[in-house]
Amino acid sequence: MIELGQHAVFIVWAYIGVFAGVAGLIGWAAFDRSRVGRRLRELGNGRS
Amino acid sequence: MTIDTTPKMRWWERLAHPGQFVAWTTPLVWPLAGLTAVLFLLGLWFAFFNSPADYQMGDTVRIMYVHVPTAWLSQFVYATMAVSALGTLVWRHPMADVSMKAAAPLGAAFTAMALYTGSLWGRPTWGTFWEWDGRMTSTLVLLFIYLGIVALWRAFDDQLRAARIVAIFTLVGAVNIPIIKFSVDWWSTLHQPASVFRADGPTMPGSILVPLFIMFFAFTFLFLTLQLVAMQTEVRRRRVATLERKAARGEAA
Amino acid sequence: MSGFSALLRRELRLALAHGGEMLTLVLFFVIVGAITPFAVGPDQALLARIAPGIVWIAAFLAMLLGLGRLFGPDHEDGTLTLLRLAELPLAAAVAAKVIVHWLTAALPLVLATPILALLLAMDGETLGRTMVSLLVGTPALAGFGAVGAAVTLAARRGGLLAPILIAPLSVPVLIFGVGAVSPSGGPDQAWTALLLLAALSLMAAALSPLVAALALAWGEE
Repeated sequence: MIELGQHAVFIVWAYIGVFAGVAGLIGWAAFDRSRVGRRLRELGNGRS
Repeated sequence: MTIDTTPKMRWWERLAHPGQFVAWTTPLVWPLAGLTAVLFLLGLWFAFFNSPADYQMGDTVRIMYVHVPTAWLSQFVYATMAVSALGTLVWRHPMADVSMKAAAPLGAAFTAMALYTGSLWGRPTWGTFWEWDGRMTSTLVLLFIYLGIVALWRAFDDQLRAARIVAIFTLVGAVNIPIIKFSVDWWSTLHQPASVFRADGPTMPGSILVPLFIMFFAFTFLFLTLQLVAMQTEVRRRRVATLERKAARGEAA
Repeated sequence: MSGFSALLRRELRLALAHGGEMLTLVLFFVIVGAITPFAVGPDQALLARIAPGIVWIAAFLAMLLGLGRLFGPDHEDGTLTLLRLAELPLAAAVAAKVIVHWLTAALPLVLATPILALLLAMDGETLGRTMVSLLVGTPALAGFGAVGAAVTLAARRGGLLAPILIAPLSVPVLIFGVGAVSPSGGPDQAWTALLLLAALSLMAAALSPLVAALALAWGEE
């Protein structure tokens, strides 16, 4: 790994935050999709 | 021998039916997700293992690899919403409002990330976590607009009625965003000592272009993947609502 | 044209019949300005420096408050549906409403500004420029307000949501409104700000009735 310099903590927090955000988006998209899919199956799965 | 007389459909016509849309785009999701993951890995490798520090900014330039793409997305997603709004109002494409609705929370999230990374970049560079400079301020106002639109969607019970109303508000926002940007830039030059910092934000030296481009594409494909999934979920959600309404009325599904 | 002027007269009569509401709005405006020194301290120099900003914020909030009366009553008693189906284009009806809203909400605020000038240590010249900038800029606030009110009319808790939608759009109005007053940048800059403010108001006045009418029509269907 290359040197992160004196402001390393800011770089680290920036990337942590972004990946938390991205993980959150992906996780929520997956969760929402499965929740709606489950409800759709319960209702007898119309057509989609 | 039969002659096929059905007219050839263009792709946006084919995708107009919600069920068709879901069927046609489902095989795209995993490939897109995979491509996104590859791009992120590649971009991160370049960002941390194979690129130099900027001679002016030092190593904090590495924050730019996430700040610039998220800032770009904050505007690109709004452009997507605006085009979808036109699709809803002018071309009456059935999937346009689904696209508009799916994009809004994504745009808000990316805008928030742009503000977060910009703030963390600003602290070592300018000394404060928040500076009312033109670019960050405009991005903050954009975040408020996104959140307002998300709230507007949720304030309507009937999502189809909401669609056109949200569309027209989205277009009002689209017209106003350049005006807001212009006024905020004008305002920030009033109140900032001109010499202290560059009014146009960080400049991009050529040495860091490779990781920047890769991350740029990684984030864009991330948005496209999430948008597709969210649109499919919305289509299914509306199907659920229809089925629930039918069940409540006692009809056969 | 006669339909439009008849509607104008009707709106004016209705608004003036509720004269008490106009006074309440002015009182709100003065109170917001008057409580600021409790929050920032009574230092004359500070107050004089931020007074135009305080006046503009108070005006912005007061105009938000008045939005409930713009479409609400007519929506509740069905008049809005009649207006939608009438011969007069809905956009013209909305324009009449916005004009009257400006006359009965913004104009009284401008006339009440001297009170705030006294409380906030504003000198005479600044007061004059503030009143002019309010006159020029409040039509833009009225226009954006009408759009926000129309879009949220059919929504749940629309009254709570409308300010959130209107505020980002009003940022340029605030920037140029205060910019037209502040002497710090010199008369050229103040004049530029005033012209830009006028441009905003003209654009909002021209386009907001159309946009609001569309939103109203789609909300009712």
